[in-house]
Amino acid sequence: MYNFLTGPMVWITFLVVVVGLTYHVVTYIRGLDWRLDRVGYRPNMQHGLKGAARSIFFWILPWGSHGWRAKPLFTLLFFSFHIGLLFTPIFLEAHNIMLKDSWGIRLPGISSGLADFLSWVVVIGGIFLVLRRIAYPEVRILTSAYDYMLIVIAVSPFLTGLIARYNVGNYDFWLLIHIITGHVWLLSLVFTKLNHVVLFFLSRAQLGMDYGIKRGGMKGTQMTW
Amino acid sequence: MPEGILCNKQPIVTDEQLKLTLGDKSGKQYYAEMEQLDVDTDKLWSTIQNTMKSRLKTWLNICAKCGLCAESCFLYQVNDRVPEQVPSYKIHATLGELVKRKGKVDNAFMRKCMDIAWSWCTCCNRCGQFCPHGIDMGVMFSYLRGLLFSQGFVPWELKIGSGMHRVYKAQMDVTTEDWVDTCEWMADENSEEWPGLEIPMDKEDADIMYTINAREAKHYPEDIAEAAILFHVAGENWTMPSEGWEQTSLTLFAGDWEGCKQQVLHVYDAIERLRPKRVVGTECGHAHRATVIEGPYWAGREDGQPPRPYIHYVEWLAEMLRTGRIKIDPTKRIKEPVTLQDSCNYVRNQGLKNITREIMSYIVEPGYFVEMAPNKEYNYCCGGGGGFNGIGKYRPQRNIALLKKREQILATGCKLVVAPCHNCWDAIRDLEEEYPMGLRWSFLKPLVIKMMIVPDHLKPQDEEGEEE
Repeated sequence: MYNFLTGPMVWITFLVVVVGLTYHVVTYIRGLDWRLDRVGYRPNMQHGLKGAARSIFFWILPWGSHGWRAKPLFTLLFFSFHIGLLFTPIFLEAHNIMLKDSWGIRLPGISSGLADFLSWVVVIGGIFLVLRRIAYPEVRILTSAYDYMLIVIAVSPFLTGLIARYNVGNYDFWLLIHIITGHVWLLSLVFTKLNHVVLFFLSRAQLGMDYGIKRGGMKGTQMTW
Repeated sequence: MPEGILCNKQPIVTDEQLKLTLGDKSGKQYYAEMEQLDVDTDKLWSTIQNTMKSRLKTWLNICAKCGLCAESCFLYQVNDRVPEQVPSYKIHATLGELVKRKGKVDNAFMRKCMDIAWSWCTCCNRCGQFCPHGIDMGVMFSYLRGLLFSQGFVPWELKIGSGMHRVYKAQMDVTTEDWVDTCEWMADENSEEWPGLEIPMDKEDADIMYTINAREAKHYPEDIAEAAILFHVAGENWTMPSEGWEQTSLTLFAGDWEGCKQQVLHVYDAIERLRPKRVVGTECGHAHRATVIEGPYWAGREDGQPPRPYIHYVEWLAEMLRTGRIKIDPTKRIKEPVTLQDSCNYVRNQGLKNITREIMSYIVEPGYFVEMAPNKEYNYCCGGGGGFNGIGKYRPQRNIALLKKREQILATGCKLVVAPCHNCWDAIRDLEEEYPMGLRWSFLKPLVIKMMIVPDHLKPQDEEGEEE
């Protein structure tokens, strides 16, 4: 089981993720329509790309946009959560060793202290996101079981990873669960709303192009949208 | 009943049908028929499949339901922050549900969608600026309005409005004859005070072609005269077309996509016919959006540009003041606290935020201009946008919507509001009527006329050739 999950299954999952996300990107771009969207993408490409870059840049910068500044605490929670979520699995030493063993390459590693800290940030961040959904009526009304499930999927590999690392209970059991939840996490990037890992950039780029071309960009007005 | 006599899936295209629908006081029969109107679910679903591509589909799918859009919506704020007014909830409960059910919805659902699309959202696009994913609910509600219109679920006034555009090529029943007469009348009426004043009609190759909001022709002809006076003083070589002068588009509010195209093509035809160097539109927000920002796409112009450069009135006026073609008498500048209403349709939607402030710097004594908070592209809708002003059925909701602007204006301490947009102007007028607070409101034209320096040779002369 362990050998399968850390061997062939890794290939399968990575393949599905790469193909699946590429599919999302390609179908998104192909589905853009200057008439329906009312944005002249092609003739005004330069303005559009500038707008797209601006839009993405100011929204991946903590407090970079008016929207982020309007909710400073949520922004802190949001960015910590996402940094932990993306940074930890990529640079974790244990993952790197596995990468080295199978593919012969390795990325710069992070200290185990930092990895622990970031994992805790994800777990605690996830808890706050759940509490926020329950506490605020304006978020509660939007929330369905699916939204909770996504948080569970996102946080599970981190929680199980921490349990395994601290040797709470049976290490092998928790390691196995950690690997399974990791696979679920990766596959969910393709099959659930977690596809925003790529669609965020595309959606922002589209609105950025809209503003860069039509809604002021060509009038020389810079707006952070 | 599949289709009613007044409420049905066909847009109004004849004068008879228009008069018949108009004759139905407050749309009593119209709304009664609507309760019986069948939904063509197959057509609805096929339209969605053909027109809902990447942008809208992705927006519906990736919404993280984070609720960050809630506070951005002035209607959420003024309606006691009830969660049902959260933009994301509004669109998912309507368009989202429609898509989820693959168009298999009933009459009651469609009427609910109509209420929400026209009285819970003004398509001001403010929420789009607060969504991390860049989801613009205003765009989605405009789309929903289109679906509802095609199925006959549209407020009575907007069904009529769309019909007016299709029958009279204007949002009101102004015929070409009425229009030309009105312009001649206005030129005559003001010729004594402004010798040589003209409203040149159908002049070819002029520097400027001017287009207006039909309300001016119908109810405020002095607005046309004021524009003429300012062009006269600035020494512009200008003209107005006898056909294709109407720049507004109630079809845009109604969701009548085909009507939008027809209307904008009248104006573009006039541009092609008269070949002006550029076109100036009046002080109106949705007119500018319809003809200049969205219009090129309806007309199928891939570059997204009208046939000739087409500017908003504030751009023309700022240019005149900047270059000194219109000079302001410094002693006549506004010397009381004055604030400025940002129209969503050309500020948020085309970035014309600094140009209006540049105008304020010329016409207001330094220290008297007070900004609203928030302002520029983050300013709130006047409360009457998106057709809200004109729909009787939703008047109570509209009156609540005005409260946000009231709060903003009260906070500035100003009694005078400059509102270079017909809808904003109307909304602020109604605001004063509903909640009297001693407000005054004005377009830019009358303000500038009162404070400009008139060159001697344009002043009326008495018999001895002396100035009066």
